[in-house]
Amino acid sequence: MVQLTTANRLASLRTAPGLRERLDLPRRVVFLAAVSMIGIVTLLLGFIAWQGIQLFVKDGVPVGQVFSATWQPDATSGPTNYGLLPFILGTIAVTALALLISTPLSVGLALFLSEVAPRWARAIVQPALEIFVGIPSVVWGWLGLTILVPFLHDTFRHDFVISLPVLGDVFRVPGFLTGFSWLAGALVLSIMILPTITSVSFDAFRAIPQELRTGSLALGTTRWQTIRHILIPAALPGVLTAIVLGMTRAAGEALAVQMVIGSQPVLPRAVTQPIETLTAAITLDMGNTVFGEPWQDALWTMSLVLLIISVASVVLVRLINKRRMAL
Amino acid sequence: MLNGIRRISALAVAATVVLSACSSSGSTQSAAPSSATVNCVAGSITTAGSTALQPLIDAAAKQYVAACTGATINVQGGGSGTGLSQIAQGTVQIGASDVLANSKLATPDADKLVDHIVAKQGWIMVTNKDVTGVTNLTTAQATDIWTGKVTNWKGVGGPDLAIVLILRPASSGTRATFKKLVLDGANEATGNTLTEDSNGAVTTAIGTTDGSTSVIGFAYYQDPANAGKLNGLQLDGIDATTANMSNGTYKLSADGHLYTLGQPSGLTAAFLDYMMSPAIQNTLIPAKGYGPVVH
Amino acid sequence: MSASTTPSLHLRGSRRSILADRAATVVLWGTGAFVLLLLGSIIVHFGIAAWGVVSPSFVLSDPSDTALGGILPILWNSIYMLGLTMLIAVPVGILGGIYMSEYAGDNKLTEAIRFAEEAISSVPSIVVGLFGLILFVDNFHMGFTALGGALALTMFNLPLMTRLSEQALRAVPQDERSASLALGATKWQTIQHVVVPLAIPGLVTSIILTAGRVFGEAAVLLFTAGLATPAHYDFTNFNLGDPASPWSPLRPCTTMAVYIYKLQSEGLGIYVSKVVDGSAAILISMVLAFNLGARLVGRLLTRRLTAA
Repeated sequence: MVQLTTANRLASLRTAPGLRERLDLPRRVVFLAAVSMIGIVTLLLGFIAWQGIQLFVKDGVPVGQVFSATWQPDATSGPTNYGLLPFILGTIAVTALALLISTPLSVGLALFLSEVAPRWARAIVQPALEIFVGIPSVVWGWLGLTILVPFLHDTFRHDFVISLPVLGDVFRVPGFLTGFSWLAGALVLSIMILPTITSVSFDAFRAIPQELRTGSLALGTTRWQTIRHILIPAALPGVLTAIVLGMTRAAGEALAVQMVIGSQPVLPRAVTQPIETLTAAITLDMGNTVFGEPWQDALWTMSLVLLIISVASVVLVRLINKRRMAL
Repeated sequence: MLNGIRRISALAVAATVVLSACSSSGSTQSAAPSSATVNCVAGSITTAGSTALQPLIDAAAKQYVAACTGATINVQGGGSGTGLSQIAQGTVQIGASDVLANSKLATPDADKLVDHIVAKQGWIMVTNKDVTGVTNLTTAQATDIWTGKVTNWKGVGGPDLAIVLILRPASSGTRATFKKLVLDGANEATGNTLTEDSNGAVTTAIGTTDGSTSVIGFAYYQDPANAGKLNGLQLDGIDATTANMSNGTYKLSADGHLYTLGQPSGLTAAFLDYMMSPAIQNTLIPAKGYGPVVH
Repeated sequence: MSASTTPSLHLRGSRRSILADRAATVVLWGTGAFVLLLLGSIIVHFGIAAWGVVSPSFVLSDPSDTALGGILPILWNSIYMLGLTMLIAVPVGILGGIYMSEYAGDNKLTEAIRFAEEAISSVPSIVVGLFGLILFVDNFHMGFTALGGALALTMFNLPLMTRLSEQALRAVPQDERSASLALGATKWQTIQHVVVPLAIPGLVTSIILTAGRVFGEAAVLLFTAGLATPAHYDFTNFNLGDPASPWSPLRPCTTMAVYIYKLQSEGLGIYVSKVVDGSAAILISMVLAFNLGARLVGRLLTRRLTAA
């Protein structure tokens, strides 16, 4: 088919690979650099999984015990029981509350930036968000410790009770013991994940074709109706992705949460009371336990749980996006 | 898997600490009287471990380094567990611990360590300023409070105020010592409680929470930043002082251990000797709120 | 979803819908104002807190137990850690980005790399720190060192660096590549002489953004680089094998963020909260500087390269 023109012959000569080209060293180097990430993930998963199962393998703790509610790792006082449920539920509780606070705010902010804000407003708010991302978690923790915790304690120290004439107390939230609490942890986290949720949702709103907006507005709908009935449904997979990413960040945050949450290994009951997360327990106890001790092995099991949560969230994001592609 | 990595580690470049004795003859001309007695060895070592001992080691290290050019001592906290783990692994030169090595480490590891008791450390029960009228707790009263049997200060002769326990992390040396010496191994209550690791958070929480109580190290109690914020309590009628700790009457105290992997040498040995010298034992240790072990 | 795409026409122009629209607009503006207000108050808070603390001598002197002291060694450690991390992360990240943008085919392997990239980004930093503890500190027997910290941070930052450089490289128009290839350049020559130079503004921005993250990270370093407070550094000691030298990668290396964590938990003395406030103010200013820097450098380079 190919005509043997001079040009073609020259071209084929040029592409005849020399040894150097056949080795294609640059390709190998850049390939190695990219593949190194698979190596890192494998090593990380391998090591943490290996350490994480020592509690069961070496120390002989039944796997089921991990899902019990009693955390009694101290062998010097009675029989030990490595129940991680308080920490797992604590992580879920504080993450859920943070998402509850942060999601409406972040999605609203994303809508503001993509639909409402004039150019000048966007030019101010967007860099502000980038600075938010950059504020280190210890600084958030320090602000939480020195401002939020005393504020909560001073303002809401009395029990909050709703009483009805006949029924008596229908709703009661105990006041803050100290301010170190589930709520304090969730508030600090909600600010920390705000930029994540905002920027990913913003991208999702931006990705919606302009015609959808103009079409809707041409029908005479208001901007809010367009947002509610067209933009939010269209951007839903992106917004869900944003929430999952925010969730991952919140569940994995350690130092800032530990500084304000009060760290009590109890099942979460009231937002005003201290609870403990997986990360807080690791931060507090890792340094006080020795390598190979069952107590520390339990901490490694906690990090394995964290790792499973984060990998699961990556899979979840992929599933969400695959559905979006399919739609 | 771990063994495989260990083998690789043989190839890894390890920091080689070059220790060379430096003559201390020059320091005799120095005006500082202490440096005349310091056995100066050059080099660089790292200590890690107990945060309760850290203020003392840090201050002693600063004095030593100031007297001896060429010596560097990195003082790290991290907790007693870190100190014991890392000294057993040999990644630091001194591991500081509030508790005995064999209470944490398995026997083969613990047996390789050499214990150097350099100071006594004491803890004091403290309360919020509002808890008036309570200046002393007996061991039995303290046990009742910490195990949740007594939940109001009026139960021990104080005001009508709910008791809020501010615990240290279960794994911490402070809590383990208190549990052993005062609570006789009983588990702490979980009701009106809070766990704070950081000294700052504990003192802030006690300062702002009515009816709260906790246990803190002498060094932190006498910290000027906490002056006037806390009520210190007697235990069994004995004042929490370094003197009472040294003569054995105040029981909430424990030895501060500095562990080495095998017999120390070079700068490590010189620094441990320095910790036992009069300059540290008679001056720095009482000043920082610890008890001397050499009189 | 399809049911709601056509809003009921009876709502059109109704008073209620207009009111709802107004209310929504106010609320959405409110979210923007809230973020600005929050950031503003944080900056003002640290501005006030740092007043009288942050001074040239605070930045340029050693820490002290008995006086306010300074943060010079710790600030140095932050910068050193940043340099060491970027020394590893930048080349590997850019090379990885080149593979992903120029070579990677649409296959299982590429998919696996992307998955790995996302997985590492989502791993909590404390878990990366623990991994570094067990791998570098214990198994490699390095102890708590700057190098161990930098390696752990590299793992943590590599996905971000790779993804950002991939984006920067992909942004180079396809025509440029075609033109170069048509002129007889090999693929690598094209990458080397055409694609990478054109992507430099984007690459520089990604370097600066990644660097900003290194500055604030504490949980990773807590377990790998340690939390010793250096008393004094002799900056004339260039012996890299000497752990006392501030230039040596084989020494404990407490950075600003770790120092703040350490001080708030173990610090003694009446100056602790002042030093924390001052350090936090400096840390935030540096993050601000990195952000502004990334924008400025990106803009300058684009202008220069497009003009040339």
